[in-house]
Amino acid sequence: MHIVVCTKQTPDSAAKLTVDAAGNVSWGDSPIVINPWDEYAVEEALLIKERLGGNARVTVISMGPEAALEALKHAIAMGADEGIRIWDPIFEGSDTLATSYVLAKAIEKMGDVDLVLFGKSAIDSQTGQIPVEVAYRLGFSPLTYVIKIAELDPAGKTIIAERLLEQGRQVVKAPLPAVVGTIKGINEPRYPSFMGIRKATRAQYPVWSATDIGADPAKVGAAGSGVRWTRIFSPPTREGKAEIIQAETVEETVRILVDKLMAEKVI
Amino acid sequence: MDFSLTPEHEMVVRMVRDFAEKEVAPYIKEYDRAHKPFVRAIERMAELGIMGICIPVRYGGQGMDYISLGLACEELERVDTFLRVVMSVHVGLNSLGLLQWGTEEQKQRFLVPQARGERWAAFGLTEPGAGSDVAAMAATARREGDSYILNGEKMWISLASMAHNFLVFARTDPKAPPHQGITAFIVERETKGITTGDIHGKLGVRAGSTGWIAMNDVEVPAENRLGEEGEGFKIAMSCLDNGRYTIGAGATGLIRACLEASAKYAHERRTFGRPIAEHQLVQQMIARMRRDYEIGRLLYLRAGWLKNQGIRNTWQTSLAKWFATEASFAAASDAIQIHGAYGYSDEYDVERFLRNAKGACIYEGTSQIHELIQAQYVLGYRQDRPLRCELPAYDPEEWQREA
Amino acid sequence: MSNDIFVWIEQFNGQVAGPSWEAIGAARTLSQTLGGQVCACIFGQGVEALAKDAIAYGADKVFLADDPTLADFRLEPYTALMAELARQHQPALILMGATARGRDLGPAVAVDLETGCVADCTALEFQDGQLVATRPIYAGKLLCTCTVPERRPAVFTLRSRAFPKPEPDPSRTGEIIQVAPILKEEDIPSKVTGFQETVGGVNLADAAIIVSGGRGVGGPEGFEPIRELARTLKAAVGASRAAVDAGWIPYEHQVGQTGKTVSPDLYIACGISGAIQHQAGMRTSKVIVAINKDPEAPIFQLARYGIVGDLFKYVPALAEELKKRLGA
Repeated sequence: MHIVVCTKQTPDSAAKLTVDAAGNVSWGDSPIVINPWDEYAVEEALLIKERLGGNARVTVISMGPEAALEALKHAIAMGADEGIRIWDPIFEGSDTLATSYVLAKAIEKMGDVDLVLFGKSAIDSQTGQIPVEVAYRLGFSPLTYVIKIAELDPAGKTIIAERLLEQGRQVVKAPLPAVVGTIKGINEPRYPSFMGIRKATRAQYPVWSATDIGADPAKVGAAGSGVRWTRIFSPPTREGKAEIIQAETVEETVRILVDKLMAEKVI
Repeated sequence: MDFSLTPEHEMVVRMVRDFAEKEVAPYIKEYDRAHKPFVRAIERMAELGIMGICIPVRYGGQGMDYISLGLACEELERVDTFLRVVMSVHVGLNSLGLLQWGTEEQKQRFLVPQARGERWAAFGLTEPGAGSDVAAMAATARREGDSYILNGEKMWISLASMAHNFLVFARTDPKAPPHQGITAFIVERETKGITTGDIHGKLGVRAGSTGWIAMNDVEVPAENRLGEEGEGFKIAMSCLDNGRYTIGAGATGLIRACLEASAKYAHERRTFGRPIAEHQLVQQMIARMRRDYEIGRLLYLRAGWLKNQGIRNTWQTSLAKWFATEASFAAASDAIQIHGAYGYSDEYDVERFLRNAKGACIYEGTSQIHELIQAQYVLGYRQDRPLRCELPAYDPEEWQREA
Repeated sequence: MSNDIFVWIEQFNGQVAGPSWEAIGAARTLSQTLGGQVCACIFGQGVEALAKDAIAYGADKVFLADDPTLADFRLEPYTALMAELARQHQPALILMGATARGRDLGPAVAVDLETGCVADCTALEFQDGQLVATRPIYAGKLLCTCTVPERRPAVFTLRSRAFPKPEPDPSRTGEIIQVAPILKEEDIPSKVTGFQETVGGVNLADAAIIVSGGRGVGGPEGFEPIRELARTLKAAVGASRAAVDAGWIPYEHQVGQTGKTVSPDLYIACGISGAIQHQAGMRTSKVIVAINKDPEAPIFQLARYGIVGDLFKYVPALAEELKKRLGA
């Protein structure tokens, strides 16, 4: 069984972000890390591989410039078998429409993929659209918001997944190959092992260009995108500090609070 | 000269930090308040291989270098001192002692399970009446056929009530001066005559375990003797070279914890209409923490580099330990000052940092002992002599070889 | 291309998801500039009654597909039908709620039509003839504006509660057009084999009021007063990551960067310090109340009202007071 995990690099979630007038985002000296949501996808791939008695191969891919190596390295250190970076300068400026095209072309090139795993979304651009778009492009079963893979039958080529929707868990049976978008709660991602760290720092990470994956230049980058980002800015800051309510007694304090909330018409 | 960490080191740092932040930081206050040993955290360190980080793979370890050990200690103590204490005794004082002095058979029997984290290790040197003054050691070991009979008591022993293996020092020749009359033994908890207990009412490191070991006619087979008879003092001192290294690195992490907490709070807290970060005297305390953190880090990384090269590093390690422990106490005190009255309460971490910092100024050589060591090296009263067994230089190939 | 706006009306067991009506409201507003019709797309089984509701909320036209193959939301038949309707009628815009299903359907339709889909919009307005969407990025620490400059239709998914829900007007009239599904059951590979509904839960994303507990609640039993206050206010119960990670309450309740993003009218944070990751999930709440022992907790920077004190005193007292005042 060949499992592909798509990952992305993001600034650390605790990073303090600033944005300049030109809309360039910077995160100080915070490190670039694997997108935290993707760790669940990598872990799930490794769990599946372990369940199949090692009878599976886990390939991690990431579309991005040099910094994308961080995501690949982390996944290899966790235990993935190989990492491939998908990059070409003409990919610059891709929205999800174009990105999903590139990823789908790369997966197509591999030819033998049974399962493609994703994290829920990337914590930076936070669209969450890529998994379903890649599934749609490849014609793979689209399974997003998966909190549990209840059954995976490589021989019968089926998967049963539980998807967490607003009202509860939907159980879906679908044929393989499938795209699975994982969410937190599906597992507890492991840390990289020391042996994995050594492997990750010594591994070769091939780079596949647009030509390598047979991508049509008209469908990638800004040319292949539907959405254009026009401005990035900080949200308006909330006005100063809270009005602290403090009266003689607890009862009096909450009475004042309720008065204020009623005046605000929120209760 | 190259001051940069390798990509491997950077990943080790992130991995250990993630573990400490996710699995220890959220709960540490609870354990510390209750004086409850955080056993699960030690088990996790064992599972993750942290307790065998710099031991060769063929001895059950992870095959990383000595610098990785220091970096891990910095990250661990940044969250709580007890984590680093485990590393000091299990890795620094005991396992590396076995790596340096043990026979191949001893390494297979004792080091392998320790490096795997299956058996935890402690170090029994200090006694109720003998701390820095090793000459006052009262524990004895009497040769009887193929065995030694050990008697005596060890005190202030980290992991005393939890460890499976002890490296214990006892006098085999009561008449000889200490550097000739002391011998080291590997004693397993299961041995008859061993009792252990905990010490209560400690100022700090309350989520850790500190206790005593009593030995009453404990029969230890001669093959458990580490090194030669009478070589114990040298062994103890070489173990301290490694224990102190972990302390210096850890205390550096504690300074960083103080620095991070102080910087964060200084931005949040406002007095006289502005964040206290803008007050110059607060800035001064923060500047000093930054200075001491950087010095501490340079000192321990140099010691780690020397270890990697296989170069004796007694005074460099002593300096790293002395400087960083004293500086961590000062940083914690200033961190409380910056936090004001809140820092004085256990709602914030900084009061725990202060309580935790003090112990390391006392154990593995008080600050005063380290001052003397520094002066004595400079003045020529003390110099290193080659040892029968040196700590092996780090050789990646050798360390990562499977068998 | 027409100037029509398509709105997908999401329903589950005949219940329409809140953001769908909000999307109709947004479409109405946009149609004033654009000039076309607002067309609701309702897919399901036994959902005819919803067509009238859609008109009451502001639709001019309803495309109604009522068929067993559409009973459960499945991406394949829904995408095929939505994309086909778009090809036939050439709307300028397609709007839907940024719910789990909407965030699947929107991009899938966009790929089918080779167009752009803007996720999770919190504001939409025309600037120089171009529709500009505002959306949060980096967990709400930053915002960005996006356009779909050339391709049509442009697809937008709208964040829950970011747009006002219109008042239904039962006197409105409109046209209902029955449409047939595109895919037959045998052409739909995935099968829904079960659904376990969350019991007794209020959907965090839809909730007008949320009462949340954090590390300060101290343990699973500490959520009792939080739940009691929530019951009194008919509110949903939220939690910080600290409380979820400690195992005090299930993940479904988590608000924040690694949990749900919410935007209620009232958010009461109890024993939550307000780490930046938590703020990311609730900062757009209309009114935030913080109850915390620590006056320096960052949550007080964000809250409109604060009480510095023990939540175990103030939360029950607040519930009592509300019972009296709301006559519950």
